Amino acid sequence: MTLALKTTDLARTFDIGKRLIGPPRGQVHAVHPVSLEVAQGETLGIVGESGCGKSTLARMLVGLLPPSAGTIEIEGRALDRADPAAFGRLIQYVFQDPVSSLNPRKTIRQIMETPLRRLYGMRGRALDARIAELFDAVNLRPEFLDRYPHEFSGGQAQRIGIARALAASPRILILDEPVSALDVSVQAQVLNLLADLKAEFNLTYLFISHDLAVVEAVSDRIAVLYFGSVVETGPAEKVFASPRHPYTKLLADSAPVVGKPLGGASHGELPDPLNPPPGCAFASRCPRASDLCRAEVPALRRIEGDQFAACHHPREP
Amino acid sequence: MSLFLRLLFRNKLAGFGAVVLGVIVVLALLTPFLPLHPPNETSTANRYLRPLSDGHLLGTDHLGRDLLSRLLWGTRLSLAVGFAAALIAGLVGAAIGVMAGYFGGRTDNVTMRGIDMLMAFPYILLALAIVAVLGPGLMNALIAVAVVNIPFFARNIRGVTVGIAHREFIDAARLAGMGHTRILLTEVVPNIVPVVVIAMSTTIGWMILETAGLSFLGLGSQPPQADLGSMLGEARSALITSPHTSIVPGVMILLIVMSVNLLGDGIRDALDPRLRSGALARPMAATRVDRAQVPPAKGDALLDIDALETQFQVGRRTYKAVNKVSLELKPGECLGLIGESGSGKSVTALSVMGLVASPPGVITGGAVRLEGQDLIGAPYELLRSLRGRRVAYIFQDPLSTLHPLYRIGDQLIEAIRVHDPVSRAAAHKRAVKLLEDVRIPNPAARINAFPHELSGGMRQRVGIAMALANDPDIIIADEPTTALDVTVQAQILALLDELRQRRGLAILFITHDFGVVGQLCDRVAVMYGGRIVETGPTQAVLDAPAHPYTRRLIACVPELGGGRRILAAIPGLPPAVDQLPEGCAFAPRCDKAQDACRRGEVTLDGTTRKVRCLFPEVAP
Repeated sequence: MTLALKTTDLARTFDIGKRLIGPPRGQVHAVHPVSLEVAQGETLGIVGESGCGKSTLARMLVGLLPPSAGTIEIEGRALDRADPAAFGRLIQYVFQDPVSSLNPRKTIRQIMETPLRRLYGMRGRALDARIAELFDAVNLRPEFLDRYPHEFSGGQAQRIGIARALAASPRILILDEPVSALDVSVQAQVLNLLADLKAEFNLTYLFISHDLAVVEAVSDRIAVLYFGSVVETGPAEKVFASPRHPYTKLLADSAPVVGKPLGGASHGELPDPLNPPPGCAFASRCPRASDLCRAEVPALRRIEGDQFAACHHPREP
Repeated sequence: MSLFLRLLFRNKLAGFGAVVLGVIVVLALLTPFLPLHPPNETSTANRYLRPLSDGHLLGTDHLGRDLLSRLLWGTRLSLAVGFAAALIAGLVGAAIGVMAGYFGGRTDNVTMRGIDMLMAFPYILLALAIVAVLGPGLMNALIAVAVVNIPFFARNIRGVTVGIAHREFIDAARLAGMGHTRILLTEVVPNIVPVVVIAMSTTIGWMILETAGLSFLGLGSQPPQADLGSMLGEARSALITSPHTSIVPGVMILLIVMSVNLLGDGIRDALDPRLRSGALARPMAATRVDRAQVPPAKGDALLDIDALETQFQVGRRTYKAVNKVSLELKPGECLGLIGESGSGKSVTALSVMGLVASPPGVITGGAVRLEGQDLIGAPYELLRSLRGRRVAYIFQDPLSTLHPLYRIGDQLIEAIRVHDPVSRAAAHKRAVKLLEDVRIPNPAARINAFPHELSGGMRQRVGIAMALANDPDIIIADEPTTALDVTVQAQILALLDELRQRRGLAILFITHDFGVVGQLCDRVAVMYGGRIVETGPTQAVLDAPAHPYTRRLIACVPELGGGRRILAAIPGLPPAVDQLPEGCAFAPRCDKAQDACRRGEVTLDGTTRKVRCLFPEVAP
């Protein structure tokens, strides 16, 4: 198994209440040290609720945000400095909001040309041929190229966003909630397109979403994020079917499923990020919490086979 | 461009301003070719001639110079200086603003504090100081006026740039390998040009005034050169004896500045996309009603929506957002209304209480009866007394439905006292009780919180508490959990279900999520292209959908526990409701469609289960 992506203790802190001179008033640990490994050709699903740090993690992985600590390795090469152009040829990003990720004052052709020109110095006929090839890959008609972004529906705009990401010929695609803004009937079209493209271009995906069912349907492996930390990882078919971390269990119970009674806990919220609790961040909502949980942060450890959980008292399957 | 001109001239005042300014500019441009006296030719014999005297249409000034000639030459100069100052201030200010806004952090802090210092001086004092350093003269006055106005542009443009610099397409450009300079020039600047133009068009008048002010004080144009300000300044001594020498340049300044400002406002309105979409037109208090006939009353449902038709009439286009929709709601019942975006589900909900914005919304047919009383076309006072008291709404985004500047307690108390004139103390007590009912921990303290101090889930609980404030019979919940996380969504759904059971509420629940409908609703209605395509008891519809659209939509939704799989998709896009196909709206995407589906009207048939399909999956 060759690794496409490896992060070692990747972390990010944000300063809160910056002053012109002197230290900031506080710090928020958006992402606690995270170590992830993604194999070549694999789809790693990342789930978590708002504020769990999944977008911060994604932005660090593509170089849009410099990490506070830790290293990123792509196919064995270290990429630590945040230089999006250096990252761009290896790893690309598909944005959540398809329409706002396209500059409203440029034609689709101009948008598509940029990565080819900037990253590969392509010109003239080769450029046109490559754009036509990419548009064909995402099932869009070539006459769309001379239109402006506002003329497209969400599903079409997201295809354009995917085509732009593919234009950089990346090895890895980070898909940050790529279908959350789309209607269900269109969502399935885009998900299936992504599956086809992955096979065709031999890509590795990081699929970030809050929708558990979608993540489960597209991923090989899933990592569950809570409050900036990975709390559980494992094969897609096992993580929600037999969750080991109580938070994963809560997530799985909360997802609305036809024919299942209303579930989940009746209350409970994320801790205050400016004033995080000592120990496990989930302890205050956890039915299994003990004094140990409130004192000591649990480390991610192997529970059984390829299921890992960061919990002092993991659930039995 | 022609759209822009049309929008501009639709605003009559702006059109008037454009014409006046146009005439002045043309005159100023033609001045050198007009048969005028030389502007600086003195003739002491003809001092202070009245207007309309022989050879001097507007009379002469204290040195006997022809006022008309001086006025036109002066206007030419004043306009040129004003435009030049606006251009310089606009370009320099925009450049500073773009830099500060794009780079942020320390760059932003240092530049903007510098700008703040410039703004701390009274502008005329600052201009005087600059002229004092540079020496009097028209060029130096121009520089002074430009410098004084740079902060206005810099601050304005910085604000806009900050908004753009955090948009996703800027990130995309960085990932595509673009450097900062290129991103600034090709991604940011094209998006702020309209703002710069708007700011310039509204400030040129101001700059002409300021230049005139400096010239009036003798710091601008030097004698004998005429500009409007110096003409006024020279005429000051004869204000009483020969008022026309002051009035002539004064009226010109008035005309220029007024026309520039009217035109500037017009340009702003025409360029601003928000204003263009009709935000300037204040929506009416209730949706406009224009229906040919009222369907006869029938049945005794709590809420009876009968063949409701709501349209949006934009220009020549008519969007049939809601097309003959009929729904019934019994006391204590939860009805799910499901559909994709643009299917008309929200418009249906808003039409019930006449909350669709008019213009462009019009209710063109049907009736909505609350216990037999028709609400469509009801007087506004009646609608107002029912809104919130009998029928309450919960909206999708609690952050935008709560007022950010008032404490949630005050907003709850206001909601209570609108319909029930109790004392503030009593209302406060009820508000605490409401927060307790929606399971907000520590309600007595949280009642003093501002909306931004609460999490999304807590805010939605406040939204629900507000809907419950007057013990309504019906709650219309428009995607109340779409913006929330799954664990919080589960909490809110459980709360709604419990409130329904305990208070006997009827809920019209609008969503796009079959899972939610399956858990919460007794009956479900599926909408597509503005019409109901299928309705029936939730379990029956979900187990055996009769309409191909329902069946395939359910198949599109992945369910947790299914493992990795290829998802079923529906090819194509939902139809635009301004050009619905004849026959079944789903026919172009349907794999069972036959010729008959594309002709005539397909009716909604059945008794408890109804389906609008010629070839249903199962017999309804």
